Amino acid sequence: MVLRKTGYLTKEELINSNCYPSEERLKKGPVVIIECTEEIPCNPCEAACKFKAIKIGKPITNTPILDENLCIGCGLCIAKCPGLAIFVVDKTYSDKEGLISFPHEYLPLPTTDSSVEVVNREGRIICSGKVVKVLNKKSFDRTPVVTIAIPKDKLNEARGIKRLKNKH
Amino acid sequence: MRIDNHIILGKDERKEMVEIKVDGKTIQAKKGEMISAALIANEIRINRYTVKKKEARGIFCGIGQCTDCVMLVNGKPNVRTCVTPVEDGMIINTQYGLGRKE
Amino acid sequence: MVVDENLRVGGQLFKQIHKFFGSSAHQAGIRGIDIASKLLEEARECGVEVWLNSVVVGLFKEKKVAIKKKLSDDSEKLEIIQAKKIVIATGASEDAVRFKGWTLPGVMGAGAAQTMINVNRVLPGKRILMIGSGNVGLIVTYQLLQAGAEVVGVVEAAPQIGGYGVHAAKIRRAGVPIYTSHTILEARGDKGVEGAIICEVNDKWQPIKGTEKVFKVDTITIAAGLKPLIEIGMMHDCKCSFVPQLGGWVPLHDENMESSNSGIYLAGDTTGVEEASTALEEGRLAGTAIAEALKYVSLEEARKLKNEIWQRLNELRMGPFGKARMLAKNEILVGYKKRSKSLFK
Repeated sequence: MVLRKTGYLTKEELINSNCYPSEERLKKGPVVIIECTEEIPCNPCEAACKFKAIKIGKPITNTPILDENLCIGCGLCIAKCPGLAIFVVDKTYSDKEGLISFPHEYLPLPTTDSSVEVVNREGRIICSGKVVKVLNKKSFDRTPVVTIAIPKDKLNEARGIKRLKNKH
Repeated sequence: MRIDNHIILGKDERKEMVEIKVDGKTIQAKKGEMISAALIANEIRINRYTVKKKEARGIFCGIGQCTDCVMLVNGKPNVRTCVTPVEDGMIINTQYGLGRKE
Repeated sequence: MVVDENLRVGGQLFKQIHKFFGSSAHQAGIRGIDIASKLLEEARECGVEVWLNSVVVGLFKEKKVAIKKKLSDDSEKLEIIQAKKIVIATGASEDAVRFKGWTLPGVMGAGAAQTMINVNRVLPGKRILMIGSGNVGLIVTYQLLQAGAEVVGVVEAAPQIGGYGVHAAKIRRAGVPIYTSHTILEARGDKGVEGAIICEVNDKWQPIKGTEKVFKVDTITIAAGLKPLIEIGMMHDCKCSFVPQLGGWVPLHDENMESSNSGIYLAGDTTGVEEASTALEEGRLAGTAIAEALKYVSLEEARKLKNEIWQRLNELRMGPFGKARMLAKNEILVGYKKRSKSLFK
C-alpha cells in the first residue's frame, strides 16, 4: 500500500475501500468519508453513529464498512475517531461549491466567514475556502470540527486547512 | 517558550510565580515547575559542561534517568533539573565538570 | 501500596493527550490524560497508599522491598517492606540513536519533548526534526505541532513508515514530510543544535553519498524505540528472555502475569514494549490473579474476569501491527513453561 511509504492514501486506494460513498449517494447530500484502511484494533466510530451506518463488528481490527443509505452526514462521528480519519462531504451545498467538515485540533481555531488556505492529504495548498462553521462542543472532547466551502471539484482532494499562526 | 493556551490542555491556570537566580541572573519561574522547564521557558538550554572535553549538555531523557541535565542547585552539584521543582530564592549555576566555573 | 520514584503518579499516561484506540467498550476514544485521572481516582477510593519521590533500591529474597522514601521535610529514610505480593510495572526507557553531534543541547528523546510540552507546558524548540516514524514519532510530531512548533520532517531509516497510517496521514495533512529510507548523519551547532544533516540509505542501511539534505532546526527528537526496564525483577532472579520484537530482554511470565518467582507479578512495558491499552489490561490481569491468590475473589469470579481480560488483550494484539507482538507474547508464555532461557545461565 502506498500509504505505508508516503503516509497518505491515494484516491484509488480510497475509492476501493469499504467506506467511500458512491457518486450517486454523494449527489444526494452530506455523507461521511472514513479514510481508515488498515486493520488496527479500533472501533469508536461504530458506537458513535446513532443511525448505525458504520459497521466494524468482530474482530475490532476490521476496517469500517459504511452503509451510505443509513448515513445522513450529521458528522457526529468526526470527533469520535481517535485517528482523526473521518470527514463529511456535501456536494449539494450550491452550484459551484461543496462543503467539507474535518477535525482540527489546533489553536487558533479559524473564525466563521474567514478565508482559509485549503490543503490536500499531502499538506499542499490546493485552493482557498471560506469557513462556514466551527463546532467545539463539549461532547467532542476537544476535537473541534471545521466546515469549509470550497470549489466542488476540490472536494475529493481537500482534507484540511493550513494551520493558523498564533498571535504571540 | 511557554504554552499559555493549548487546544487539549486549555489555558495555563498557574499564576503564582517565584524568583530564582541562574548564573547570577534573576528569572521568573512558575511555582512548583521543574527547574529545566523554567530554564527552557527562558531560552536557557545549556545545563552543564563535561569534565574532559568541556562540551555543552542539555536535557536528553527529560525524566531523571540520564543525568545530562544536572546543575549546581544551592551549591549542591549533580542535581537533576528535569525532576527537581523550583523554589523561591533557589540559586542555580551551570555545572562545569563537577563544580563551578572558577 | 504503590511506590514511584517520580513526583507524580501515572508514568507515561499523563503525557498522552491524544484519544486512545481500542474497543469503545473499554476506554477507546478517551484521552490518555483522562484515563490516568480516572484510574488515580479509583485507586484513591480503594484506599491505595502511594509513596512518591521514593526509590526502590533493593528487592530481596522472600519479597522484601527496600525503599528510599522521601519525607515531608525533604530528608530520606530507608524503609524495608515485607510484601505479600509484588507487581513490577517499571515500564521502558527510550533507545538512543547516536550520530555526530548527538550530545548537543537540543538533541533529546521524543519522550523528553513530550514531557516538556504536555506536562511542563514549555516548547523545547521552535523548529524540530523527528527521528523515527513509529507511533511514538508520529504522535509526538503531531503533539509538537499542537504545541506550536514547526516539525521540518520525520526521518525513517526503513523503506516504509513504522506507525499507523492514520497517524502518518494527520501529520502529512499538516505539511510534515516523512523521509523514508533516510537516516540522520549529523547535528550541527556550537553550543546547541542549529542544524541537521540527513541522507538516504540503501538497502543495506548504509548512507548514500550525494543524497544529503540540510535542515535548519534547533531541536532533534529521537523516537527510535524503547527497551523494557527489568533491573528490579533481575534483583530477585526473575528469569528473562531476549525477544527483539518486544524491545530486548524481558522477564518471563505465565497467563497470570506471574514471573518465574512465586508472588512476583509483572505488567506493562517492562514485560515487552506494547501500548498503554495493553499495559492497563496486564495490570488488571496481575491484580485479578493476586486477588485470587490471596482469596479476595473466588476461583470462578477470577476465571471469568481473567478470560474477559485475555479476550481484550488478544483483540488489542490483532491485525498486521499487533501480529509480531502477539507471537512474541505467546513465545513468552511458552518460554515460561519451559524456563529454557535465563539471564544468568
